[in-house]
Amino acid sequence: MTALTLTNVNKSFGDVHVLKDINISVEEGEFVVFVGPSGCGKSTLLRVIAGLEDASSGEIRIGDELVNLTPPSKRGIAMVFQSYALYPHLNVEKNMSLALKQEGQSKEVIAERIAKASTMLNLQDYLHRFPSELSGGQRQRVAIGRAIVREPKLFLFDEPLSNLDAALRMNTRIEIANLHRQLSASMIYVTHDQTEAMTLADKIVVLRDGRVEQIGAPMELYNNPANKFVAGFLGSPSMNFLPAGLVTEGDSRTLGIRPEDLRLSDGDGLAAQVSHVEHLGGDTNVIAHAGDHQITARLFGQHAVEAGQGVTLGFAPEKAYYFDEAGARLRG
Amino acid sequence: MNKARNNPLNMTLMHGALILYTIIALFPVFVILINSLKTRKAIFREPLALPSSDSFSLVGYQTVFKQGDFFLYMQNSLIVTVVSIFLVLLFGAMAAFALSEYRFKGNTLMGLYLALGIMIPIRIGTVAILEMMVATGLVNSLWALILVYTAQGLPLAVFILSEFMRQVSEDLKNAGRIDGLSEYTIFFRLVLPLVRPAMATVAVFNMIPIWNDLWFPLILAPAEEVKTLTLGSQVFIGQFVTDWNAVLSALSMAILPVLILYVIFSRQLIRGITSGAVK
Ligand SMILES: Nc1ncnc2c1ncn2[C@@H]1O[C@H](COP(=O)(O)OP(=O)(O)O)[C@@H](O)[C@H]1O
Ligand SMILES: [Mg+2]
Repeated sequence: MTALTLTNVNKSFGDVHVLKDINISVEEGEFVVFVGPSGCGKSTLLRVIAGLEDASSGEIRIGDELVNLTPPSKRGIAMVFQSYALYPHLNVEKNMSLALKQEGQSKEVIAERIAKASTMLNLQDYLHRFPSELSGGQRQRVAIGRAIVREPKLFLFDEPLSNLDAALRMNTRIEIANLHRQLSASMIYVTHDQTEAMTLADKIVVLRDGRVEQIGAPMELYNNPANKFVAGFLGSPSMNFLPAGLVTEGDSRTLGIRPEDLRLSDGDGLAAQVSHVEHLGGDTNVIAHAGDHQITARLFGQHAVEAGQGVTLGFAPEKAYYFDEAGARLRG
Repeated sequence: MNKARNNPLNMTLMHGALILYTIIALFPVFVILINSLKTRKAIFREPLALPSSDSFSLVGYQTVFKQGDFFLYMQNSLIVTVVSIFLVLLFGAMAAFALSEYRFKGNTLMGLYLALGIMIPIRIGTVAILEMMVATGLVNSLWALILVYTAQGLPLAVFILSEFMRQVSEDLKNAGRIDGLSEYTIFFRLVLPLVRPAMATVAVFNMIPIWNDLWFPLILAPAEEVKTLTLGSQVFIGQFVTDWNAVLSALSMAILPVLILYVIFSRQLIRGITSGAVK
């Protein structure tokens, strides 16, 4: 069964057309990540799904139900916000129980669900603290707990990790992945960070300027991007784009080649001048210039390459992608 | 900032300036207080002298309590001030919430209209207000004053509060909506507590002018049983003779209630004023 279906959803703020003909479906139990640069409309899309904004046109179905006119609290969703958005005047326990009280759940049910969620998130010791007495990571766990206790049909996360420091971000990411396995609930997760998208998602939706660029499993998008934007957005360091003329005389297309598909070669390839080298131990990142074009190569293992040196970078022809001037993928 | 604070010379100068200002500001109050405790002769002979055993006299206070119903006046003033401030805060906050939270046609226009009152003194409309009060039979009632003061306080209240409410986290309100809180609960339970410092600021700005106003009590509610303190004190100021003992005593006692109200609000007020500057 599908957990969520969006059909031709549009959203305008006055004259500003923010979401353009969005068609997405989320299967039951699926972890879907919306990824795209800042300002592309990810949060707006999530708010439309939650019912915090009305869609200007189009249909939103949660389960089988058309919910365009259903208020947020009746949609069977729960949302985790970037800024945590905990109620400052309520302690952790009351923060988590508020929605259940509003729903009119019995005391026993509330106590049981809070016990379960706080065990899952290691919050037992903090139940009587106020949000101001918690660290950022703890606050985020409370926010997630507040979502869990509602046992929603669909979880919505809006950049939940972006206020955490790098170490905590990785831990919380793993926690969210575990949570998804334990709850086997449908989740939508918004981020601008392609690493989060690649590591968490069953399915990635790439957005740009309020439009869906491509939908697919992480490796599918990585190996088979529909256009230059998707190719450049996923993968780190990101794909190199060069005029194909540098390799084949007279070719007017754009050549895309991932840094890890480049290798040092004695024979054919791109002649380039090394401008910087990053020795990471396991990998070596070589930043080189061919004319005005910057090329990043990620070489496996350790290589004795130095800045200022000339190198030839070769690649297997089947690893190359080609794009036309508008950025559409050219195949074959 | 910190450097300036740690420098002892700067500290001395800063405190010197503040102390000087405090003295200047408190001097008239001090003069009123000491003279209210002196005989009439002593007031005129040496206005700045402290009451001595010779010049000490409570005659002013006695007059005030004998003539006119001082406690009734005080009660009227308190009712008018407290109820007006309450209404200004309630309606001001509600209007500010609507303006800052909801997108609707004419939102900006409505905001401008409500703010217009900041620039136009309400006294310009006195004649029309009096006619309205006569027509509705509210003349010589405390309601006349309460309504006028509420109208007078609303523009600034809406202006200040809507600015503050725009800063309340959008996510927090949305979290409330998803948890099933009604818009009223979100307003009263989530937003209002967070703008409390701003509310205190508005309350203090409104309190003093209302308490001190003579104009509207004189025009709208001059009857004995609805007189406010300021108006009630006027009986001691005559065209030819003024009972200075009584006037000064009445004024001294009039300071008290506002002082108490001010202390209640001031903790919040300081947070309100500095909240923009110090984050
Ligand atoms: N309430 C609003 N009124 C007008 N424009 C808005 C509003 N909310 C968002 N936008 C615009 O919609 C676009 C997408 O915003 P948002 O969904 O927050 O992007 P993202 O979450 O992907 O960074 C932005 O250009 C933003 O200016
Ligand atoms: Mg966003």
